[in-house]
Amino acid sequence: MLRQCYLIGNKSLPLVGITAFIMGLVLTIQLRPSLLEYGAESQIPYIVSYAIIREIGPVITALIFAGKIGSSIGAELGSMKVTEQIDAMEVSGTNPFKYLVVTRVLATTLMLPILVIISDGISIMGSFVGVNIRGVMSFQLFFDQVFRWLNFSDIFPAVIKTFFFGFSVGMVGCFKGYQTSRGTEGVGLSANSSVVISSMLIFLIDLIAVQITDILGFN
Amino acid sequence: METTNTILKESSLHVSTKPIISIRGLKIAFGSNVVLDGFNLDLNKGESIVVLGKSGSGKSVLIKCIIGLLTPDAGEVLIFGEDVLKMNHYQLDQVRARLGFLFQSNALYDSMTVKENLEFPLRRHWIKIDQKKVDKMVIEALTNVGLAHTVNMMPSELSGGMRKRIALARTLILRPEVILYDEPTTGLDPVTGKEISELMVEIADHYQTSAIVISHDMRCVRRTAERIAVLINGKCYAQGTYDELKKSTDILIKQFFDT
Repeated sequence: MLRQCYLIGNKSLPLVGITAFIMGLVLTIQLRPSLLEYGAESQIPYIVSYAIIREIGPVITALIFAGKIGSSIGAELGSMKVTEQIDAMEVSGTNPFKYLVVTRVLATTLMLPILVIISDGISIMGSFVGVNIRGVMSFQLFFDQVFRWLNFSDIFPAVIKTFFFGFSVGMVGCFKGYQTSRGTEGVGLSANSSVVISSMLIFLIDLIAVQITDILGFN
Repeated sequence: METTNTILKESSLHVSTKPIISIRGLKIAFGSNVVLDGFNLDLNKGESIVVLGKSGSGKSVLIKCIIGLLTPDAGEVLIFGEDVLKMNHYQLDQVRARLGFLFQSNALYDSMTVKENLEFPLRRHWIKIDQKKVDKMVIEALTNVGLAHTVNMMPSELSGGMRKRIALARTLILRPEVILYDEPTTGLDPVTGKEISELMVEIADHYQTSAIVISHDMRCVRRTAERIAVLINGKCYAQGTYDELKKSTDILIKQFFDT
């Protein structure tokens, strides 16, 4: 279980980190001219971090996670299925469901929220760089702007929904991997459909999460 | 069916009278495709039976029903006198520890070293062995198949024949009383195939194991079979020794020996 957490988190971190930094940077650079028109340049840190923490960070990180880890789980388990490794585990007295599925689903469920928090932090750093490409803002002032308006109700629902994103990525990957048939062609199909289905589920869960957040008054 | 009865009567190769595996009226179908349709077979202690049949005739399905990986629609599989189909998970695991299964694709765990692969069957929670003993068992099993030097290698670094031997070592590590071989020489060149067949015979002699071998490789069949059961149309069509069946005039049996 810890090994899976390490593998899943470690494998995704470089890609998530680079993407998050670029995301924060690009968002800031694109937002700047519009806000300049209204003389609201000083609001960039807050607007960017609000967008990143509430929506863009969790969803983009989850989609990258689905592409990287969902496909990897689908292909790995699919390959194990067609080469009879799962049957061999069962014959060896190990419950393959517990050994392969439970560990991976728990690892994806626990690691995605951590990756999202790291990704949010890196994105905000990217935004700080973006602000300072065209203008000048001190580190202290930037973070003062970020956290002045952000509160618990912005962060809490966004983190909670990432547990569900992680769970869906793990479950779909394991399910598609376990259902693999037709040899190597089947392995490719499992990897592909793991990404497609979990990406769709991420958007669906996000839609439901927004509705629930709204009903509970977190908006 | 006349052929079947004649050969069954004439066959004199029975090492012991009480079967350790007894399959009765086994039936299994996948949708409308009936694979096994009332298959019967007995395996006696110390005996080596080859189940001979064409590709897709249900040989692998049969062996997977024996080990409990597939559940048949009807019939019974008695192993050491107990019906596998009526066992709970724990009982099935206890029986599986007394059986070895060599998979057609070897089924070595890609992400583990050879040593970890061999240790895997010893992870059962009810087996308590200290690490020193485990290390000794691993080396002994690898030495038996002539590959002690591969202990820290990954399966991807091994050739097809070596992988088969490692898989056999993993099967042997719990000293099974019966080994089920699923197409042990498929995909191997004739020389390696011969080596594996000879290794199977050596193992049977050395460890006094019984075996059910699924194969359509006639060279392997000739070397390893004390008795052959021919699987045709989901039934045990005929049984006998290699020489007995070779002399058969039945066209369905002759086709295996004419190649």
